[in-house]
Amino acid sequence: MTEHNRPFTAHSFEKYLEEGKLMASRCPRCQEIYLPVRSICPICLETGLEWVECSGQGRLAAFTAVHIGPTFMNEEGFGRDNPYLTGIVELEEGVRISARLLGLDPGRPDQIELGLPVQVEIIQLGPEEDRKPQLAFKAVNA
Amino acid sequence: MSKTSRSLARGVSLIGAGMSKFGSFPEKSSRDLFVEAFLEMRSSVDREFDPRDIEALYIGNFSSDLFEGQAHTAPIMADAVGMIPRPAVRVEDACASSGVALREGILAVASGLYDIVLVGGIEMMTNLPTSEVTDTLAAAGDVLYEIPVGFTFPGFYAAMATAYFDRYGASPEDLMRVALKNHANGALNDKAQFGVSIPDWMEKRKASAQRKGKPVPDWTDEWDFLTDDRANPMIAWPLRLFDCSPITDGASAALLVADEIAGSFTDHPIRIIGTGQASDYPLHDREDLTSIQAARLAGQQAYQMAGVGPEDIQLAEVHDCFTIAELIACEDLGFFEPGNAFQAVAEGTTDRDGNIPINTSGGLKSKGHPVGASGIGQTVEIFKQLRGLGGERQIPGQPTLGLSHNVGATGQTCAVHIYRREK
Repeated sequence: MTEHNRPFTAHSFEKYLEEGKLMASRCPRCQEIYLPVRSICPICLETGLEWVECSGQGRLAAFTAVHIGPTFMNEEGFGRDNPYLTGIVELEEGVRISARLLGLDPGRPDQIELGLPVQVEIIQLGPEEDRKPQLAFKAVNA
Repeated sequence: MSKTSRSLARGVSLIGAGMSKFGSFPEKSSRDLFVEAFLEMRSSVDREFDPRDIEALYIGNFSSDLFEGQAHTAPIMADAVGMIPRPAVRVEDACASSGVALREGILAVASGLYDIVLVGGIEMMTNLPTSEVTDTLAAAGDVLYEIPVGFTFPGFYAAMATAYFDRYGASPEDLMRVALKNHANGALNDKAQFGVSIPDWMEKRKASAQRKGKPVPDWTDEWDFLTDDRANPMIAWPLRLFDCSPITDGASAALLVADEIAGSFTDHPIRIIGTGQASDYPLHDREDLTSIQAARLAGQQAYQMAGVGPEDIQLAEVHDCFTIAELIACEDLGFFEPGNAFQAVAEGTTDRDGNIPINTSGGLKSKGHPVGASGIGQTVEIFKQLRGLGGERQIPGQPTLGLSHNVGATGQTCAVHIYRREK
């Protein structure tokens, strides 16, 4: 499929991540950008949205270091004494998205400041035969 | 077009309310707990009435499917309390399930279709190990965009806390004050799961260590205890164990009737004078991470319908699933300006003898959080306080105006209700 006719679904979003692209949808009428992707613009109810690639540059808006995680993260080796960082990133396009955070010390979350510049870095999770992309951002200076 | 002000087609009164004990009950199921709640509700109604006169049931439940392997739970609950063949409806809005069930019951009576409606909530959570409870609760988040990057419910509220700290200069100690207050209240509530104050909890831990011949921890006070990683481990930074509501089994029930027949049940009906409900985006799509828009809007709707403002409210049960959530709730409801709630807690304004007592029941934090039952659990406390049945935790001054605030997930749903005792 070409970029222009993929449906605006989470499945398409994930396929783009596998290809190394952070893609959002944009309303051609009001130019508003949506991430997570939408197929209907909630502002002008336009349905002919288009895919747009995000720069991947953003800033940290909120975060946490998770010590008690879901099963799939425990299976990655995380846990009570080995926390991971996850949070919300505001992209330079003005939209916000939830993502893992890399290049920072999960043991010293008190050292992490909101507004920190970050850059997209898509990682792979899961067993060898069933790898899935996970959206992450890395501290720019790390 | 949305109307700016709405009113019910006819008035609705709360004439009875009850709850099961909240806690961990491996030998019971949710229907057993609902029967307990129903019986306490029935005995709270002043005059004899025939339960067969109840015309419908609205029951809040998040996930009996995943927690108990039981779907289609509404008729089972109706059966357990002798209501077959009356219509029974399950309402699911995550942790706001029974706050919304209450609202649906109100709307059903206000419509004129029914005169007497039972509303309630159930959740049986402790059958599963903690990791599976974490996974089940995560289903209330956005499973396509939030959960796959490792967010958990403590994690969402922890992220809100980092935004709140950053904007207003609050600290983890400010959150701990919420837990200290709510546990002090819960210690006076025999229905509470962890009805013990934090200082008493600390002393019990010391005594237990001594009894077992283990090294006795040298905590000097509750602050020392709350900042010790072993006593109060980190769950999702900056939230520790005592910032989180527990995993709980429990049920709640309330009886609603049309205002015009309330006098045949009691001389002291409590009118539900305001109801509001709103929805919101997942957390990352919100403009402000330090406030919940659905709560602000639901509160405004309820205040407008009731013809009162936040300054008139004499007590409130708010959705303190995490300590940070109580601070945000108090600001969203207009009790304090944005960024001021943590100072108000420190000054005692939200204590039982403060200007606006918050969570006199112990809140979800100490009383427990059986997610689908929590909303009407709040209604039970407002009922008790407005009827002067609060016992040791009764607030002074014979309150007549109370509010409940029940949030689903990170605030994608919020239901707010305002209650007034007329005489």
